[in-house]
Amino acid sequence: MTIDLSPEKVYPLVSALLFAGVAGVTLLGALVAAASRRLVYSVSGLALSFVGLAGLYLYLQSPFLALMQILIYIGAVCIVIMFAIMLADVVEEKSARSRALPAAIAAFLVAAMLAFALIALIGRTAWMPKAVRVNAGAVQDIGRALLTRFGFAFELISVVLLLAILGALVVARTGRGNNRE
Amino acid sequence: MNNPGVLNFFTQASNHLGVYLVLGALLFAIGFFGFCRHRTLVGMLVSGELILSGASLNFVAFGRFLAADPVTGQAFALFIMGIAAAEAAIVLSIMLAVYRNYRTIQTRDLKEMEG
Repeated sequence: MTIDLSPEKVYPLVSALLFAGVAGVTLLGALVAAASRRLVYSVSGLALSFVGLAGLYLYLQSPFLALMQILIYIGAVCIVIMFAIMLADVVEEKSARSRALPAAIAAFLVAAMLAFALIALIGRTAWMPKAVRVNAGAVQDIGRALLTRFGFAFELISVVLLLAILGALVVARTGRGNNRE
Repeated sequence: MNNPGVLNFFTQASNHLGVYLVLGALLFAIGFFGFCRHRTLVGMLVSGELILSGASLNFVAFGRFLAADPVTGQAFALFIMGIAAAEAAIVLSIMLAVYRNYRTIQTRDLKEMEG
């Protein structure tokens, strides 16, 4: 009995293995981020989960989103959180461990129920795909939509980001001023 | 008879909407679990990012499979990224201010307004 190794048979299998790996990395990183006691591990798990999520975006035919995911989330957000951990000299989460276990079990039960309910809901809904697609969802289409149809939201996001930067500066400076008095 | 069906689903998994929705739901649930379990502000911020990423995975999946215009889901995910970056900046500056005043970011010790 020979194994069929033609590209038509092998490529889907390799792609499916890659997809399973990417999905597994996403969930594993998320679990590490949620369950780890040490914050550095937690942020590293978050970065791992974001790498997996970028792979999932690639499978969803949005390579631009995958790139932005790596650039913004891993390159900016995770690094900034890591800086904050180092600046704030975070003590690890070891206080009140005796009362932490029942709370963790309760949190796990609620989260499991939430996941079960959502998955049951997904399973029993009949999704209706649209028959027509107006474009291919390529990078050019995203750029055109961002500057025409979503133009107002795009400008609002830039204002929000500017205000966030200014607000962060003000909040961080005010505390320092109070400390010097 | 069962085995080829399982293999067929496995090779086609990346083309099913439900797979992505289940992944998004699991990400959301894991983020919720972490949000309840973590005892520091940084841990809660990290879990909040997980919840946001679960939501944005859902949006992109819907845009890819169901929407007439696949750009919509991707644009929405991009907006979520912008909001999440702004949120992280604000939260971290608040955290630094809190740390400067209280010398801790454990949520248990921040109870000045506790009745």
